[in-house]
Amino acid sequence: MSEMIAKDGVEEETVEAVKSLSGTYKYGFETDIEIEYAPKGINEDIVRLISERNEEPEWMLEWRLAAFERWLQMEEPDWAMVDYPKIDFQDIYYYARPKSMAEEKPKSLDDVDPKLLETYAKLGIPLKEQALLAGVEAPEGERKVAVDAVFDSVSVGTTFQEELKKAGVIFMSISEAVKEHPDLVRKYLGTVVPQSDNYYATLNSAVFSDGSFVYIPEGVKCPMELSTYFRINAENTGQFERTLIVAEKGSHVSYLEGCTAPQRDVAQLHAAVVELVIQEDAEIKYSTVQNWFPGDENGKGGIYNFVTKRADCRGDRAKVMWTQVETGSAVTWKYPSCILRGDDSQGEFYSIAIANNYQQADTGTKMIHLGKNTKSRIVSKGISAGKAQNTYRGLVSMHKKAKDARNYTQCDSLLIGDKCGAHTVPYIEVKNNSARVEHEATTSKVDDEQLFYCRQRGMDEEEAVALVVNGFCKDVLQALPMEFAMEAQALVAISLEGSVG
Amino acid sequence: MVAQPKLDQGAALLAAYAQPSGAAWMNDARAKARASFAAMGAPHKRDEYWKYTDPSALTAIPTADADLFSTDAPIMFDEIDRVKITFVDGVFDADQSDDLALAGCSIETLADVAATDIHWAKELFGTLEAAGQDPVERPLAALNTALATQGLVIRVTGTCPKPLAIRYVHASETSDALVRHLIKVEKGASLTVLESGAGAARFNSVLEVDVADKGAFHHVRSQGRDHERKTVTHMFARLGTESLFNSFTLTVNGVLTRNEVVLELLGDDTQATVAGACAGDGASFHHDDTVFITHDAVNCESRQVFKKVLRNGATGVFQGKILVQPDAQKTDGYQISQGLLLDDDSNFLAKPELEIYADDVACSHGSTVGAIDEDALFYLGSRGVPHKQAQDMLTLAFLGEALDEIADEALRGEIETRLGAWMERR
Repeated sequence: MSEMIAKDGVEEETVEAVKSLSGTYKYGFETDIEIEYAPKGINEDIVRLISERNEEPEWMLEWRLAAFERWLQMEEPDWAMVDYPKIDFQDIYYYARPKSMAEEKPKSLDDVDPKLLETYAKLGIPLKEQALLAGVEAPEGERKVAVDAVFDSVSVGTTFQEELKKAGVIFMSISEAVKEHPDLVRKYLGTVVPQSDNYYATLNSAVFSDGSFVYIPEGVKCPMELSTYFRINAENTGQFERTLIVAEKGSHVSYLEGCTAPQRDVAQLHAAVVELVIQEDAEIKYSTVQNWFPGDENGKGGIYNFVTKRADCRGDRAKVMWTQVETGSAVTWKYPSCILRGDDSQGEFYSIAIANNYQQADTGTKMIHLGKNTKSRIVSKGISAGKAQNTYRGLVSMHKKAKDARNYTQCDSLLIGDKCGAHTVPYIEVKNNSARVEHEATTSKVDDEQLFYCRQRGMDEEEAVALVVNGFCKDVLQALPMEFAMEAQALVAISLEGSVG
Repeated sequence: MVAQPKLDQGAALLAAYAQPSGAAWMNDARAKARASFAAMGAPHKRDEYWKYTDPSALTAIPTADADLFSTDAPIMFDEIDRVKITFVDGVFDADQSDDLALAGCSIETLADVAATDIHWAKELFGTLEAAGQDPVERPLAALNTALATQGLVIRVTGTCPKPLAIRYVHASETSDALVRHLIKVEKGASLTVLESGAGAARFNSVLEVDVADKGAFHHVRSQGRDHERKTVTHMFARLGTESLFNSFTLTVNGVLTRNEVVLELLGDDTQATVAGACAGDGASFHHDDTVFITHDAVNCESRQVFKKVLRNGATGVFQGKILVQPDAQKTDGYQISQGLLLDDDSNFLAKPELEIYADDVACSHGSTVGAIDEDALFYLGSRGVPHKQAQDMLTLAFLGEALDEIADEALRGEIETRLGAWMERR
């Protein structure tokens, strides 16, 4: 790893935290397993083949083909502040599944190839239902996490399905859901991110192979955290997963997502779509720890991560919270968004993005205020080290009818070393005067009352700000399960000192 | 690839004007700009840089008429001891101008300079405009370089004794003017330029300002009130070591205004300020401030302060960018853009950008939009201030922060009077 030189004023702790996070990639191992590939490249036959492998109904195939048709006419976007060699979309495998998953689908987790289970064990993901989180001793009956494990193009298994069923919650891979709950999937799929949304989302619509489907019925508070763990293993393979979460009236769910990939010197593509539908009084918390292989210290290899994530708050008082800790990927292009349609609905976006070596991240959020009295909050911290480029790109849009809507945005960037870059590209569009938008990058905007309290207790200004900000981060990070939180909490040590814009 | 309609519109624009001819160096510079414009094409609202402002009124052939605006308000900057220079519909008018012979400051017309075979302006004309085309294209500035025949060529070697006050009179309803000024502030010299007036039905002006080491350039501009005028201005400036640059623009009314400022801080310890206050009324009012400041030297400071008050469906746009190059350490960059919406129909659209490649810098930007603070209104009400007056006080206080960026008190007073008059007219 290249030497990091920090200027005066950046705390040693911060530098160490970044170092430990991005130094050696812990998840770079490869699982030696027989893989069955679809032929390389993309064409209509591949789309048909994926649909066939997933034993999909006709409408699903039609939907995919329509997307593929559209994709052929689209151009790859180039507005993001990222620079990478042109992707040859015909040089990628669009479908890869472990052979053991091919012949006869395992009926329960006990039948799953032990090598696969071992992979997840090595990654610290518990696929055994009795097993609790590694290294955490929780009292009985507490903190269960149901996991859907996706390996290359297929879901390996989903835990705690029985228990969830009792609560009425549907949690399964999307390929199963298409078969078992076709009406639900058909009703919601593509309604938040339409097939034609953007280049990568359209590609995903054509070739997505698996992902997770969650349905929380009216009034149900999901009894446990739900989690999907994505693992890319096969070489030259793109992973295209699709996640759809529907939270009916008054329901509540917390969902976590983790991602890793082996260390290879050829870049790999990952283009996912996540759609969240949130009805009246419902709430979804969506947390991501993205740790795809970032490439080596010379910028070789790594994952190109082009993700479209969007939440649609359809009902009044619906609430969505995106939390992301982005440490991996060679190139990140990702803007989790909130459409605040219902009156009094709320969107929140908390992001910590760390880019080191040759990593490039262009990430942020869109808050689209349509309903009255809608609120949104954006807190983004970008940290660049080595030769990395980190961009915050966001949109806050207050439509004419969004009376009394509020937004607060704070983006802080920290540069460690003089070879990296930090950029901020916010778009602010306000079309009614009762809306209030604040975009600030200064530390003085931390809640004055809390600051005053800390100061009154004898802290100096900087300590007080750090405490308030850290306390704020912890709130978010503590909602993550432990194996995510360990990683994420190390970041809390990062201070705001020496930060810019 | 440039979209065909952009190229077509660009070609049509070039064809609509006569290609001027002058000395060889001038012809070269114009030909270069002409080729560059032809390759870029005309700007289009689908361009990212024109996302919030539709440029079609600026590229239409011919331009839409603009009614003349008569007012009994005193002439801007009339109280100030100045050198009066007048342009009528973009054409220099010697009769309405003072004697241009001045100690320490040479003023020539572009028409004269363009016909001179050997002239210092060769090094400057079109140079800053061409440099300013990267990384963002500014086609209307290239068009100006290619076609403008009117303007001033100014060189200051000492401290210019009086401000140069350029007044642009709008006299014809169909006028379509291209004006180009070149300003060279030599080492240790200092100059103040004042601009006022609507200029023409459609007015495209470009200023290229070269400030040498320890030079100082002050600029205060008040854009005319003619309701139907369309204006696009570009100011390109290159700043040397320990130089000072300060520009302020007041805009009230006018149907479309796009003011672009492109600054390059090339010498260490430079200070640059770009500020603007705008008061817009009515659904047809559209005002756009687009600023691009590049820090390419150590220990420089730049400030952008833009305030917009909007009512009755007016639209205000701010696109500001601070680019800090890898070696521009100790940069202090500040940018604030604020919109005050006086009613439900007005819009404020902003894109305050930072692009930073140096690690020892303090850059901050803020952007806020909202209505008048109800608490402040209530407070003033409780002190016996009538509602309308309270609103005016708060509105003026809001704009005041931008006015504070004008260093000269007398000039600030002039601008304050204009704003006060705008309030009165409500």
